[in-house]
Amino acid sequence: MTPATAAPATLQIRDVVKDFGGGSVAVNHVSLDIHKGEIFALLGSSGCGKTTLLRMLAGFEIPTQGSILLDGQDLAGLPPYLRPINMMFQSYALFPHLTVWDNIAFGLKRDGMPKERIAERVEAMLKLVQLPKYAKRKPHQLSGGQQQRVALARSLAKRPQLMLLDEPLGALDKKLREETQIELVNIIHEVGVTCVMVTHDQEEAMTMATRIAVMSEGKILQVGAPAEIYETPATRFVADFIGNVNMMEGTVAVDEPDMVEIDCGYCRHRVGHGITGTVGMEVSVALRPEKIRLSRTKPEGQVNQVQGTVRDRSYFGSFTVYNLELAGGRRLKVSESNVERHREDAPAEGQVAWATWPDTAQVVLTQ
Amino acid sequence: MSRPLVASFFDRMHAHPFFRKHSRKAVIFVPYVWLLVFFLLPFFIILKISVSEMEVATFLPLLKYRDGIVSLALNVSHYLFIFEDELYSATYLASLKYAAVTTFWCLFIGYPFAYFMARAKATIQPALLMLVMLPFWTSFLLRVYAWKGLLMESGWVSELLIAVHADDLLLHLGLITAPGKFMYTPFSLVLGMVYTYLPFMVLPLYATLSKMDLRLLEAAADLGATPWVGFWKITVPLSKAGIIAGSMLVFIPCIGEYVIPELLGGPSTMMIGRVLWDEFFSNNDWPMASSVAVVVILLIIVPLALFNKYQAEATEARA
Repeated sequence: MTPATAAPATLQIRDVVKDFGGGSVAVNHVSLDIHKGEIFALLGSSGCGKTTLLRMLAGFEIPTQGSILLDGQDLAGLPPYLRPINMMFQSYALFPHLTVWDNIAFGLKRDGMPKERIAERVEAMLKLVQLPKYAKRKPHQLSGGQQQRVALARSLAKRPQLMLLDEPLGALDKKLREETQIELVNIIHEVGVTCVMVTHDQEEAMTMATRIAVMSEGKILQVGAPAEIYETPATRFVADFIGNVNMMEGTVAVDEPDMVEIDCGYCRHRVGHGITGTVGMEVSVALRPEKIRLSRTKPEGQVNQVQGTVRDRSYFGSFTVYNLELAGGRRLKVSESNVERHREDAPAEGQVAWATWPDTAQVVLTQ
Repeated sequence: MSRPLVASFFDRMHAHPFFRKHSRKAVIFVPYVWLLVFFLLPFFIILKISVSEMEVATFLPLLKYRDGIVSLALNVSHYLFIFEDELYSATYLASLKYAAVTTFWCLFIGYPFAYFMARAKATIQPALLMLVMLPFWTSFLLRVYAWKGLLMESGWVSELLIAVHADDLLLHLGLITAPGKFMYTPFSLVLGMVYTYLPFMVLPLYATLSKMDLRLLEAAADLGATPWVGFWKITVPLSKAGIIAGSMLVFIPCIGEYVIPELLGGPSTMMIGRVLWDEFFSNNDWPMASSVAVVVILLIIVPLALFNKYQAEATEARA
């Protein structure tokens, strides 16, 4: 959640546009406030403009329009080498001809820091990323994970006011990535630096960020804490982009202040909260697979349930994903967590089953 | 199998165990034989002549047998003469000097050239590369002769240099001997050599610079390096291999250069290639000429060995 503070945001992005020409606008009127100490993730698929936005913060691209303020100072006209911002590159961009020590010291030397203080700071950084023994090595003598930590140490060494992370874990394999996510967050919190990261990996964004901005086609669709984005997506795109979702089209049948009913034809939803809409309005109901239960007998009542045939069943260990075929060939994905071993009444492939969900499970989307 | 007869013959040949085992050696064998016959063998002939004694027009044998004694007579007087006579040491030094000066100017002009070529739009790079190689389409000899015409009195490069008063500066620096006279001076010699050898500097530099990861420069800028600092701290060290390769390709042939000093150089720019020619064909003193040649080869082998050592170290560091 946004820290409740009266102070203005550390980083203010005001109506920024980047137009490379050629018809498409890379970043389209983006405004964001990022607060001190936050890890803010720009999440989107490739080509959504997130990297361009990050590069504008670093100073590698110049906004076509709008302004970027860091601690109240307008960054316009400041070249990258004068910005108190450091970036951790996706490819790490470690200097291959310099040792780990010299890579970390590179930025400090540019500031004309005295030698003893550089040594002190580099030692501290090496300790922070647990690489003191590797100071004399060249980047190519390190593993991917070690290179990643050198890149982190190098971008933190100057104690930037803002740190930028471009797909920080993109080059690591899955297992290492999961371990590193937590470690990276711990280090960032220890240093207390404000971060903006770019990622296309929603899990990475969820685990690491305090807030996420979902981007598509140069625009920001939604900004919020990870749980907010996941549980209350604002648009069909966000619901679809983050995690798995069953999308059902229908019309509003009953509209009351604390309850609505939506008729999808093959299934009737009762949603336990009001919406801003009118009877007869066309809406989408987003339903996450893990919020649906399966049973082989018909549940009570008439709403929030649907009958289908199990078409396939994938066992993932901790949970099982069922693919149900509904009337008219529609599909419904259900994810049940395997709390029991060898559950006896688990529907098998080809069997008819009932899917049911509580009235708190759905999100009604109008856009 | 519908493969043509010839193709199937080669298929069978490649499959043969003998060929599989020795094909790699066979490929290397051909250039090795070439080098052996046309370089190593002549070198040993020259080496032998350089230590031979001459009588009228025949070389005396090195090995003599008389009264049960085998004696080996090596005549090293020519080598001693090279070190005693100041003409030779001065000419060797002049060759090294002109080779070094040429290398410097080739690097000085070639580096920015290669740099902007490597940073140019990918679509025009092949065209730029073509322009660098274009001079090779005309004979080297003709191009050097052309400079003669350009630098002569009333040649238009000469006129241009006079018009911008460049001759005053060159005269002041002692690179030409009289105002308005550019031919047969250190200036015309170095100009001709830089012109001729520039592509050999540009091409290896371009090869290393175009391979460079430009994100490294962004990283340097991000860490506070101005473009100038980024160039010296990142671009130049990372193009070291190209600088060394280009410098070797210019420096080594320049030491033994004969044609350019002969055509564009004057009496004050005596280089060792010229001395070599004179000893062989004017003085007809083959042992002396051979000794000079052996020393030239040694002079060239030293920088080459250093280059190899550096390359070996670089490969080791990468492994």
